Amino acid sequence: MLVNQFLILAAALFSLGVYGLLVRRNIVLILLSVELMLNAVNINLVAFESMIRSADATGQIFTIFIITVAAAEVGIGLAIVLMIFRNRRSADVSDLNLMRW
Amino acid sequence: MVETIIFVLMGLAAIAGAITVVMARNPVYSAIGLLGTLFAVAVLYVLQLAHFVAAVQVIVYAGAVLTLFLFVIMLIGVDKEENREENLRFQRPVVGVLAGVIVVMAAALTAFGDFDWVPASGAVIPEVTNGTIQAVAEPLFTDWVLAFEATALLLTIAAAGAIALAHYRRRESTDG
Repeated sequence: MLVNQFLILAAALFSLGVYGLLVRRNIVLILLSVELMLNAVNINLVAFESMIRSADATGQIFTIFIITVAAAEVGIGLAIVLMIFRNRRSADVSDLNLMRW
Repeated sequence: MVETIIFVLMGLAAIAGAITVVMARNPVYSAIGLLGTLFAVAVLYVLQLAHFVAAVQVIVYAGAVLTLFLFVIMLIGVDKEENREENLRFQRPVVGVLAGVIVVMAAALTAFGDFDWVPASGAVIPEVTNGTIQAVAEPLFTDWVLAFEATALLLTIAAAGAIALAHYRRRESTDG
């Protein structure tokens, strides 16, 4: 089993995440794209861990930390989305021009 | 050989799910596409002997995070069509050409470049035979205990902040 194939897959997933982040206008879908990018990073970490196979499993531990932080990020992010929707009746980032010059 | 077949199948499933996430018109389909990607990636973790990470992936991501996403999507309504009109006229073709160039360069590098195909380590750490929970838990609670506690604090703050945001009212009402 090779490590490179996982890195290529991770690069593809990350690119799709960046595309979604830039193209979609719905805030929830932007957050979904961010999750996609975090997943690509996790694939990289686990792949490098399987290459090094250190005794202290550092790659897997970092992956678990990233999953935890992503869960916290989603909680706060979706609370902010609900807040914005309650105030502006819209989940479209084009409508959020409050701080736009 | 079996590993390669599993990788190809699950990789294609992950890519298909990711394309669904970024392309689907209905946000619910996007969420379900992410679910497919998460499960495929969990299978890839098992392929690399990271069983515990795979379990965490399914429980936390596919279980909790995606439920939260679907909940919010349902709450703010799925029937509103996204405005996908492009305001900058030449942006799409230029980006298409640039993306094509990058893809061709990446493919050429992969095919002809001086490219090392690194094999995964065949060595299996002894703890793996007892399940990777032991292998992960021991350094987590010794070397990384400070980061672990900081993450616990972060999660507490995030939960409190989410509740505070959801309860916030601009005008103070009596029901609190």
